[in-house]
Amino acid sequence: MKALMFGWEFPPHILGGLGTASYGLTRGMSLQPDMDITFVLPKPWGDEDQSFLHIIGACNVPIVWRDVDWNYVNDRIGSKMHPDEYYQLRNGIKYDFHRIWTNDLGCIDFSGRYPDNLLEEISNYEAVASVIAHSRDFDVIHAHDWLTYPAGRFAKQISGKPLVIHVHATDYDRSRGQVNPDVYRIEKEGMDSADHIITVSNLTRNTVIEKYHQHPDKVTTIHNAVEPLEFINELHKSERKDKVVTFLGRITMQKGPEYFVEVASRVLQHTDGVRFVMAGSGDMMDKMIRLVAQRGMADKFHFTGFLKGRGVYEMLAESDVYMMPSVSEPFGISPLEAMQCGTPSIISKQSGCAEILDHAIKTDYWDIAAMADYIHAIVKYPAMYEALRKNGLEEVNAITWEIAGQKVRKIYDMVCGR
Amino acid sequence: MKTINFIFRVHQRSNLKRYRFFEIGNDHYYADDYADEAAVRQVTDQCYLEANRTLLEMIRSSNGKFKVSFAISGLALEQFERYAPEVIESFQELAKTGSVEFLATPNAHSLASIYDEDEFVIQTKLQTNKIKQLFGKMPTVYANTALVYSDEIGESIAKMGYKTIMIEGAKHIMGWKSPHYVYNHAYNNKVKLLVRDNKLSDDINYRFSQWNWNEYPLTAEKFIGWIKMTPPEDDFFNIFLGYEALGVLNNKNSGIFEFFKALPYHAIEQGVGFSTPGESAAKSKPIDTISVLHPMSWADEEKDLSAWCGNELQNEALNKLYSISKRVHLCSDLLLKMDWQRLQDTSHFFFMTTKHYSNGMIYAEAIPYESPYDAFMNYMNVLSDFMERVNAQYPSSIENEELNALLQTIYNQEQEITDLETKLEACKEKTVKRVLKPKEEKVPMKKKITATVVKK
Repeated sequence: MKALMFGWEFPPHILGGLGTASYGLTRGMSLQPDMDITFVLPKPWGDEDQSFLHIIGACNVPIVWRDVDWNYVNDRIGSKMHPDEYYQLRNGIKYDFHRIWTNDLGCIDFSGRYPDNLLEEISNYEAVASVIAHSRDFDVIHAHDWLTYPAGRFAKQISGKPLVIHVHATDYDRSRGQVNPDVYRIEKEGMDSADHIITVSNLTRNTVIEKYHQHPDKVTTIHNAVEPLEFINELHKSERKDKVVTFLGRITMQKGPEYFVEVASRVLQHTDGVRFVMAGSGDMMDKMIRLVAQRGMADKFHFTGFLKGRGVYEMLAESDVYMMPSVSEPFGISPLEAMQCGTPSIISKQSGCAEILDHAIKTDYWDIAAMADYIHAIVKYPAMYEALRKNGLEEVNAITWEIAGQKVRKIYDMVCGR
Repeated sequence: MKTINFIFRVHQRSNLKRYRFFEIGNDHYYADDYADEAAVRQVTDQCYLEANRTLLEMIRSSNGKFKVSFAISGLALEQFERYAPEVIESFQELAKTGSVEFLATPNAHSLASIYDEDEFVIQTKLQTNKIKQLFGKMPTVYANTALVYSDEIGESIAKMGYKTIMIEGAKHIMGWKSPHYVYNHAYNNKVKLLVRDNKLSDDINYRFSQWNWNEYPLTAEKFIGWIKMTPPEDDFFNIFLGYEALGVLNNKNSGIFEFFKALPYHAIEQGVGFSTPGESAAKSKPIDTISVLHPMSWADEEKDLSAWCGNELQNEALNKLYSISKRVHLCSDLLLKMDWQRLQDTSHFFFMTTKHYSNGMIYAEAIPYESPYDAFMNYMNVLSDFMERVNAQYPSSIENEELNALLQTIYNQEQEITDLETKLEACKEKTVKRVLKPKEEKVPMKKKITATVVKK
């Protein structure tokens, strides 16, 4: 089974949860012996782990025919792609894309991020998909998140191979209901033309069925999982007088940071020996800093700014409680990561991961009193902390990508009619 | 003759309201009256009244040959008094027939027998006095909460003067022994043990309305037939159920009441009698001893205490609770004592179990909390407030020993006062007799005596 996957992020250079999920899923699927995955990325950095899949950088795929010699190609992109592959892909150019600006190799420069001209980048990605679809052989197309749906659709049109789209989030989650019509159009078209839709939670599945009018039979939930942490033994929790409650993630509307601040204010009114940390950055950060000042608790409430790589896990391991009051979270991998570090998690019922976790505390994102109460309980009653920690570790270690990968494989087999 | 002992446990759990941590220190009312009342009303309508009526009718129509026993917790009686006094009346009517025995059980349906022997004694007194007051008879047979029993508990029950104890027929204790005999306590041969037949009990309790059970439907004839079929030496069949088995666990439409109504007829026809644990114990001879080193109960498959103290949450809550029991005993505040009873209800700890997370428990649906953690948090918040109230009376800064010493002094002084008072009374009588002046004034005596003692 050869799968052609379109993605947008891949570790180690990631901006959100999409990259982590793509990595985990492909890694889990690669454990199946007959699985061959080609993963297309807008802009790989060259340090991605390619031991279990093959990565094609869209920025190295020619879409306009240029007559360049082997050595020149090798000089330019040899570290990221073999020149022979470049020539093979060049044979797939069947359309005229001269309207798009290309470089000396006939390739597009992708930012690989989420720039202001995102829609343009998405359509450029579509052009690259056509070249790949014409030049390579595969059985199934798998597109991760709305940015890659157009590419997946185009590849399906060209090759006639079945398309599976993987909904990691919808615009309803990102915008609290105020959807962007352009994004909605792209999402809807992608879902309409897909042979099967995979969602990361039942919450997202319901959105896809209700808001995007998809037939329930076409939509399957496959929950995300977590990779075991390699450096878990190097993480430690230092002795500290005060307990630490952490919010970690983008400080945006979707994540409900203002609820975290309100909860902190409620807890601090009645409890000593607790500190609150808001790690991450985002468009609501300044507002949150002001809110903390207004509540008069800046001495107990701290901002760390954006954390990267191991810093994230170190922060989680140092915390006594991890909190994710997301207003709408398609899945939300970070509570699972917190639990891996042995930190009890409080998550909102509006998070997809709540569907698979028993030993995390679940409340409504607006229920400030309940969240404050749980924080107090975990901080003040040691048995609560210990039980959540122990049972949480046990639970999260049983959630593996290998099982998720097998479920994806079943869907491949189904759409391929095997 | 084969005899059946029907024993029903009656308990109404005390519900705690949602108690947030910022209420600690401000709000000292913990009960969820609405939930309490709703639950009592529901069970009253579905079970207690109808079941009592059925049993009464059975006793009357069989000329008192049908007999039945109850182990009613004090908390349940308290709740009936508040929300459903007619239930008490209907129990009283049953009591009047003389075919009903009431058993002794801890007042709060608690685990005091495991954690605090003094409390266990206090609770037993509370409950038995209540039973005496309402139904006119002092219980003589002991049925601990969920039939929790070990040799040690048996010993403390015997110390309270009970000669008969109901125990669970747990497989790991009984082995090849049959529950249909009377046994002795491991080393106190004055104490008799009656063993619950958990197979027959569960047949009625859990399987009666299960249509996929291979014996479904269970009829009175079949049931009595099973008892009849046992070896001729098997005499006692102790069927011990939660009373909710009639009407709640098996609803009215399942035919449970008709099943019971038909029992006496078939029993008499096949020569099977009915009796109460007290009577059975009186006329029987123990054939062997049973030794139970670790506490067992009738709960779950494990028949141990893991339903209430199986995980760290439950252990923490129980240990914290009983860590203050000595101090609560010293308090005289009535409200505090009432709350103390309610906080010991085993249901609080049952809600904290993580067991039903993996295996679908039969009661899992009845849990009013979202998760064991939720249950633990709410309970601990309430307990924190309660402990603050206790500490306010007896500050935790004073060590238990010191406090004990102080209290011992007070107690001794009290003792001395009463001693002296009796002496004085005697002297006074003597004087009265000698001087023959019956109209001597009495009033200032006490004051004087107190004054002398204080000087000492």
